[in-house]
Amino acid sequence: MEEVNNFGAKNENMTFVYELQQLMKANDVILVYEGYFSQEITKSVLLMTERKFDAEQLDSNVKKKIFNVMVEVLQNICKHQFVEEHEYLDTPAIFMIGTVGDDYLIISGNPLLSKNVDGIRERIDRVNKEDKDGLKAMYKAARLASQISEVGGAGLGFIDMARKSGNQIEYRFDNINEHVSYFTLLAKVSSNQSDGE
Amino acid sequence: MDVLVIAGTEDTPQVVLDAANAKFEMSGRSLPEDVTSFYKPVFEWLAKVDGISKMDFHIKLEYFNTASSKILLDIFSKLEGLKENGVDVTIVWNYSSDDEDMQEAGEEYSELVEVPFKLVPFD
Repeated sequence: MEEVNNFGAKNENMTFVYELQQLMKANDVILVYEGYFSQEITKSVLLMTERKFDAEQLDSNVKKKIFNVMVEVLQNICKHQFVEEHEYLDTPAIFMIGTVGDDYLIISGNPLLSKNVDGIRERIDRVNKEDKDGLKAMYKAARLASQISEVGGAGLGFIDMARKSGNQIEYRFDNINEHVSYFTLLAKVSSNQSDGE
Repeated sequence: MDVLVIAGTEDTPQVVLDAANAKFEMSGRSLPEDVTSFYKPVFEWLAKVDGISKMDFHIKLEYFNTASSKILLDIFSKLEGLKENGVDVTIVWNYSSDDEDMQEAGEEYSELVEVPFKLVPFD
């Protein structure tokens, strides 16, 4: 990038701002938030995204599906961003939403204890094996059996994300250290799903 | 009976449980962080129901999160109990006529709950 003004030249990190903006634009990123997550942050993120969608006249069913998936993803982060150990506080959670073609991508990343990785992987894989009717049955059964957990979850988030998005949940785990992994989740909502499914 | 009124917010529904005016309704959005504490007064009110012969319980939600979905099922179970105790209970599930997911959610509850269940679209 060519420097036009150099009043900020003392801080070389300032080029990062323009680079980040270009990167977000190139990847059609609508919104990114990184750091501490709370219900207040969740509400703000939802509000900002909704305003943007209203301006874009997005189909109301698609908008609600995106909103639903966002709620589950954001509240998952709120509930699970700190587990038992504090060593990973320097690797905060991240949330982003962007588009690729007709698809809206809702992405989260958060650290978690590595001992929980297998359980999460298994739960998502089970959800990903089901088709629309299978997910419906799974949701019904899981809701009947559900108990609200200590952190306020019903254990239905992944099933609901898959149902509302109409796509498999993509995920990966990266090792941060011996005890801690980074969990990245991607849910894709297609905006051209008016085929009545 | 006590009247329970909770004003709606951007993440919690408006709740009106008012026997004298025969108004039983939850409307708006339900995505509280802590569903258990938000809905506690609703369950307390339901536990004290007395002298009500007919109850049309209206749900008119725009969005709800999965934890609220579980809580709704628990509320409907309580209404089932009231019906067994002789209250003429009907659950009225109001949904925006263009909202497929909210319609489907209502249908799913109606299959699970042993209480007369009306699905009512609105424009």
